[in-house]
Amino acid sequence: MTTNGQGDLRSGETSGLGHLMREGVDVSHGPILYLDDITVSFDGFRALNGLSLTVDAGELRCIIGPNGAGKTTMMDVITGKTRPDSGSAFFGQTIDLTRFTEAEIAHMGIGRKFQKPTVFENLTVVENLELAMKTDKRVRASLRAKLSKEDLGRIGETLELIRLETEAGRPAGTLSHGQKQWLEIGMLLMQEPRLLLLDEPAAGMTDEETSRTAELFRKLAGTHTLVVVEHDMDFIAEISRIVTVLHEGSVLAEGPMDVVKNDERVIEVYLGR
Amino acid sequence: MTTFSIPGESPLFGAKGWAAIAAFLLTTVVLVPVLFLVVPESSPFHLSAYFVTLIGKIMCYCVVAVAMNLIWGYTGILSLGHGVFFALGGYAFGMYLMRMIGHEGQYQSDLPDFMVFLDWKAYPWYWSFTDHFWYAIALVILVPALLAFVFGFFAFRSRIRGVYFSIITQALTFAFMLLFFRNDTGFGGNNGFTDFKKILDYRIADPGTRAALFAITGVYLMGCLVLTRALIRSKYGRVLTAIRDSESRLMFSGYNPLWYKLSIWTLSAVLCGIAGALYVPQVGIINPSEMSPANSIEIAIWVAVGGRGTLLGPIIGAGIVNGAKSFFTQSFPEYWLYFLGVLFVVVTLFLPKGIAGWFLKFKGAK
Repeated sequence: MTTNGQGDLRSGETSGLGHLMREGVDVSHGPILYLDDITVSFDGFRALNGLSLTVDAGELRCIIGPNGAGKTTMMDVITGKTRPDSGSAFFGQTIDLTRFTEAEIAHMGIGRKFQKPTVFENLTVVENLELAMKTDKRVRASLRAKLSKEDLGRIGETLELIRLETEAGRPAGTLSHGQKQWLEIGMLLMQEPRLLLLDEPAAGMTDEETSRTAELFRKLAGTHTLVVVEHDMDFIAEISRIVTVLHEGSVLAEGPMDVVKNDERVIEVYLGR
Repeated sequence: MTTFSIPGESPLFGAKGWAAIAAFLLTTVVLVPVLFLVVPESSPFHLSAYFVTLIGKIMCYCVVAVAMNLIWGYTGILSLGHGVFFALGGYAFGMYLMRMIGHEGQYQSDLPDFMVFLDWKAYPWYWSFTDHFWYAIALVILVPALLAFVFGFFAFRSRIRGVYFSIITQALTFAFMLLFFRNDTGFGGNNGFTDFKKILDYRIADPGTRAALFAITGVYLMGCLVLTRALIRSKYGRVLTAIRDSESRLMFSGYNPLWYKLSIWTLSAVLCGIAGALYVPQVGIINPSEMSPANSIEIAIWVAVGGRGTLLGPIIGAGIVNGAKSFFTQSFPEYWLYFLGVLFVVVTLFLPKGIAGWFLKFKGAK
């Protein structure tokens, strides 16, 4: 069941290092995301302060940090919502993210899940997935778009993966909080992204839903790169290999969970509060 | 295997829907003209010219409501300046109608009376070619389209949304009203255009011409309805709904909302412009008061009363409000605005989805 879904997500993609990727994302040197010395100020407040961060292709990276550490601003910069005052953001070796719009960046293969689950409430679950699906998203194409058998197959597999088969025809606005979170994750997967940015994906989920989410993320890592912002330390411990701690707009510490957890500075600003 | 209804696979209309459209077309194209033209005045079935004109006028308003519903009901962008597109379409066609007066005006001049009055010796440049019917039709479409496109492009590109957009559209129609009030603008100042005589070679006052305009308006209204349904049922229509629900989710899903908003906004303006062009010969006058902010707000009220984001709601709303308006302004003129106010309050409090939404709820509950 879910393995079918997985197999499909992988189809047509090459994931090993040194391969030429679809969308022309060049990850031949390893990293898929480079942030270098990024600074963003809002009315004098430095939301990001010389932030430098590298994420390797296929990695599952967790980002933690107290409120106001710059986690959401970092996602805004990566997805084109906010332009940095200085510094550079690269997707693979060649794509300068600061030069593209949100829609263009989404097309290149960066998917983003918001902190508050955001789905199209008046459309059904299926229609939500249909709109997210990777395809020509210009006006003219949308006027004529028809779902092919393969498209329907993909939607069906994603429905299974996010366990919303029985809710397929319901308006998304009537789903529970956890189901909306899953639907949004499903929408990201329909975009066939290379890099997923997930802002508190487990917030508001039951324990069972949380552990299923962790399972899904572990499965996606490797073929996809995941950057997860979370507060739930148990969830992070379950999924993460490397954790980055942000504080006041720059990286405070980085490393495996148990190393970071015992870092004096991390305890002081975040864990030990 | 999972089963679900495939998006976009529902039929354009069911059998009942097509039957209703056919019945409406039959009424406007055959029944009303026959009752108006053929049935003698002494018969109780005879329809008066007043009635035909009134219904024709209301059908023009219905089109405006349908157009407003595209941008507000489905896409969630509230325009409080749609009157400007309606009026510009009306003025564009009015220019042609003024040229067709020829020497039949008060001053028997080549120029319209208001220009003689201003002591102008020749038509201003922008009146060139307006004596050609098809050129005027092109203006009816292109002028609202161009204004909507340019205005929309800058507003949407700057990501002006919500109430800010509504206020700017209100300012837009107000600015145009002031512009058209000036005599020097060359559109007849506060009197606008009136005293029309002919369209093509037909006298406007002839019952046959009236019936033809009525029929064309009815067909056009149904055309707009079918177009709305076709758009809404396409993926394009679902993207519009997605803009209304969560524009940022849509952007991060790889869509550029600019072109979706701009296309539906411009289409909406064009539909209004054509409605204005059909309105002017039937009502016999166009003046800048059509661009007053209150008029545009009233358009929003029609749609809210009928039901935003429903197919038939806007037509029901425009029909009921304007029907009531002509009744009240004749029988109890002093109470009309009270009635409109009460209606709006009642709908807002008790029927948030309008009359059509209320019916749909009943249908769903059964």
